[in-house]
Amino acid sequence: MKEMTYRDALRLGLQESMQSDPTIVILGEEVGRYGGAYGVTKGLLHEFGEDWVRDTPISEEILVGAAVGAAMTGLRPVAELMYVDFITLAMDQLVNQAAKIRYMFGGQISVPMMLRSQGGTGRSAAAQHSQSLEAWVMHTPGLHLAMPADATDAYVLIKHALTLADPVIFLEHKGLYAQSFPFNPESAPPWGRAKISRSGNDCSIICYSRMVQRSLEAAAQLAELGVRVEVVDLRTLHPLDMETVTKSVRKTGRVLVVTEDCLTAGVSAELSARITEENFEYLEEPVLRMAGEDIPIPVAPALEAASVPTNESIKQSILKLMRKK
Amino acid sequence: MNLNEAQLLQAYRKMRQIRAFEDRVHDEFATGEIPGFVHLYAGEEASAVGFCMHLNDEDRIASTHRGHGHCIAKGVEIKGMMSEIYGRRNGTCAGKGGSMHIADLEKGMMGANGIVGAGPPLICGAGLAAKFRKNGGVAIAFVGDGGSNQGTTLESLNLATVWNLPCIFVAENNGYAESTGSKWSVSCENIADRAAAFGMPGVVVDGHDFFAVYEVAGEAIKRAREGGGPTLIECKLNRYYGHFEGDAQTYRGVDEVKKVKESKDCLMLFSKRVTEQGLLTQAQLDAIDKEVAAEIEASVAHAKSSAKPTSADLMTDVYVSYP
Ligand SMILES: Cc1ncc(C[n+]2csc(CCOP(=O)(O)OP(=O)(O)O)c2C)c(N)n1
Ligand SMILES: [Mg+2]
Repeated sequence: MKEMTYRDALRLGLQESMQSDPTIVILGEEVGRYGGAYGVTKGLLHEFGEDWVRDTPISEEILVGAAVGAAMTGLRPVAELMYVDFITLAMDQLVNQAAKIRYMFGGQISVPMMLRSQGGTGRSAAAQHSQSLEAWVMHTPGLHLAMPADATDAYVLIKHALTLADPVIFLEHKGLYAQSFPFNPESAPPWGRAKISRSGNDCSIICYSRMVQRSLEAAAQLAELGVRVEVVDLRTLHPLDMETVTKSVRKTGRVLVVTEDCLTAGVSAELSARITEENFEYLEEPVLRMAGEDIPIPVAPALEAASVPTNESIKQSILKLMRKK
Repeated sequence: MNLNEAQLLQAYRKMRQIRAFEDRVHDEFATGEIPGFVHLYAGEEASAVGFCMHLNDEDRIASTHRGHGHCIAKGVEIKGMMSEIYGRRNGTCAGKGGSMHIADLEKGMMGANGIVGAGPPLICGAGLAAKFRKNGGVAIAFVGDGGSNQGTTLESLNLATVWNLPCIFVAENNGYAESTGSKWSVSCENIADRAAAFGMPGVVVDGHDFFAVYEVAGEAIKRAREGGGPTLIECKLNRYYGHFEGDAQTYRGVDEVKKVKESKDCLMLFSKRVTEQGLLTQAQLDAIDKEVAAEIEASVAHAKSSAKPTSADLMTDVYVSYP
């Protein structure tokens, strides 16, 4: 099968979308000639020109706000924030403007924009360049939220997101860009559906983004111990595919939710509550969570690694869930 | 110029410390032992030192992601900084912050900062607190040309005038924000031109010339100490290394930096002036170079042999621990 890096898949998705929709305009810091802080938009300036691939000064609030305004008036902007950590600077335009405009204005208008960014640990980039802030987005009604775990999903999700009428927050993981994955868009589920990345009968791991990879690695190790783990990759957090999650949960009766996002009031809290509420009669054990520590991300590599779930800590949580330790 | 011999020696020593520190971190980074993101200040020394020579520990500064020079100029201990850059437990910030987050509050250094444009608001707050202390303290925000375009910076300029704060905003214009040219990203000819719109004096100064920086810094700091309000000063200068360690620098010509180094390197200009005017001897400067080289060498050896943080450190200092 064909292989592709996560980065190239994103670029291909953007490129094909722009070829068919001339209202798509990319804007952000270093997105043009430099090609994006992580190289995702490399070459797009050359293909589409400066009107469609626009560098901005360092002004996150304005560039996101301009994307919202342009989306309200006929364009489909794709704004890029170099690091999701900088979403803090653009929060008003995102939360009070983009997310609310349709509802507040009685359904008159929609905001077909995308905000792309990346998060996560792995580069010792420290407290202001390593966070996973998806809970803030998920907590805001009105925003779609996609978090692909591999190249195929990076491609199909970005392409579909660029046809939606609502604002989409598209969060990539800095640890995935350079990795190659099997590339098979035909095999991907539709937008809004989770996928079973590995099937098993003993317990379910619910995860997304880079934690899918770590969960799969833990599941492979657990298979050697005779524990058959099912891994569910959510792909999008809004829409949230509770149907697929529920099916897996009812099959296995035991659930571990894994997120890189920190524990308290995080995505894992929402997921475990929903799973419990919707599967009250079907759970063999309480739902467990394995999430990032409730700390700013430290720079020292060993501390950084210990601040988020690892293959080993996921494995240990599953053993606990299976009452094997 | 009102600098005595001891002050001149001090200015030279600080600039040399910064240069030697950065050159060494550049070399060490290449070995792969230094974790994370590192932005070097080499080439810009006259700005940090020209301002901080006027300050005491009661005065506050806020820095940027390119913070090593501001730290050294403000008196942060070099050994602790090097350990921090190596992510060691005895670093200035216990190995939790790294290069982009070195801070030493006792020295009035409110932190390097990973968020472009985050310093000026902090400095408005520090200026306000200084007003309350009534000791003539001042607060200085260093920002880059890129950072000068953030709303936070522009709003800070406005507030500083409205509240008549003892603040100085130093725009270090090194021509680039990552690969983006300041000629393109800054909407007016000089960043300092914006001062007029915010009702404060704006000054452009050659950031390679320590003496020129020292002089305009002195005037602005004196006015701020006396209750005369804020100033915006733009230092035009150059960074010698890439935006970050590992930057391929495809956006600038290969001899752009070489030309600057040959014609207006701040240490070169300083040495030339003080020796030609008979203020200091070459032997005095050479002696400092030697001492600084040994100091930097020792700081690297110290950092490399220092303990890394352990899992016991992971959860500490999120909050003050209450009994
Ligand atoms: C809010 C925010 N946006 C973007 C970045 C990424 N970034 C780090 S440094 C930098 C360029 C800064 O340029 P400038 O202010 O001129 O400072 P210089 O690097 O030249 O010292 C950018 C875009 C960031 N760290 N924070
Ligand atoms: Mg700059």
